[in-house]
Amino acid sequence: MSDKTIDRVASATPARVARKVKGLSDRAIAWIFVGPTIFLLLAINIFPLIWTINLSFTNFKANRNREVEYIGLRNYERILGDSDIWLSMQATAHFLFWTLFFQVLIGFALAWLINKKFRGNDLWTTIIVLPMMLSPAVVGNFWTFLYQPQIGLFNYVVSFFTGVDPSSFEMLGSVDLAPWSIVIVDTWMWTPFVMLICLAGLRSIPDYIYEAAEIDRASKLRQFFTITIPMVLPFLMLAVLFRGIENFKMFDLVVQLTGGGPGSVTEMASINLKREAFEKWRTGYSSAFAIILFVTVFGLASIYVKALNKVKER
Amino acid sequence: MRRFFKGLFTLKRGPWEMVATLLIAVGVVMLMQPFVMWAYTYSFIVTLVGTVMFIIVSHFAEQE
Repeated sequence: MSDKTIDRVASATPARVARKVKGLSDRAIAWIFVGPTIFLLLAINIFPLIWTINLSFTNFKANRNREVEYIGLRNYERILGDSDIWLSMQATAHFLFWTLFFQVLIGFALAWLINKKFRGNDLWTTIIVLPMMLSPAVVGNFWTFLYQPQIGLFNYVVSFFTGVDPSSFEMLGSVDLAPWSIVIVDTWMWTPFVMLICLAGLRSIPDYIYEAAEIDRASKLRQFFTITIPMVLPFLMLAVLFRGIENFKMFDLVVQLTGGGPGSVTEMASINLKREAFEKWRTGYSSAFAIILFVTVFGLASIYVKALNKVKER
Repeated sequence: MRRFFKGLFTLKRGPWEMVATLLIAVGVVMLMQPFVMWAYTYSFIVTLVGTVMFIIVSHFAEQE
């Protein structure tokens, strides 16, 4: 069957092309296939990266037509001594820490429950997974409505459970509540992702390990801490790193919800970078900032790949 | 522990990768902590050293 397909494809190749390809080595044909990808990679990824590194050592401003001066490491010195950028890093850290904490906690609990066989298991999995399939712009928009103090459902739900007047607090407008409002939305959206990875980890544990533990009269709690947790840990680590890298770069959801406000309490590193680059037009300075963020993400990604290989080895 | 230090002295991948990973993690924590400014200032160089080290040591031979 496959021979016939090969013959059909070979006979369909125009004679002119066949003659040209016939004289080429396997290596040359491989380069013909890989070449366009390498070219695009160089043009779209590598060249802009090198150009950004170059700009980070200059005082270049994209909206001014003046001579560019090389100022060495001064941009890096300014950024790493700037208390506003330090504050934006702290806002990022708050968002990162609490989203990871809640996503891991709720995601693992959901995966553990879903892993138990019960009626409607598949339906519940589908329902839980729905939020992560939505676009961040859509999620940001409808949560803005949910957070409205007058008409929003969120304030009414909080009021129902706590008895607080629904119009007495504003999630997106309050300096204290705005950082938590973005944590809630990201947790709502991405917990299913952590749940799916944990579920894969839970399902990879063979039943005979639990059966052996039962024979040894290990309690359910003991089984949970000595079998379940250690065997799911590499998967959990993977989920934490993946979400960590994604949330470190978080931009769209926060812009839709708070735009970095009120004041600058939710102005995360990526929003600050965008303001420096395209509102203040400090191109050299923002290039240095981008390189700092890039190195951080690259470092985290290296650990992520290492963790991924460990999971693969299992 | 002995195995770890032996791996470090004989330039093996595992222990060196662990050191690089630790440096990256410490760098990221220094970048985002809210307590001391000097840690924020030196965070980038620590992360950079960790990342470059990770790239280099991932080419070292595996420990038996």
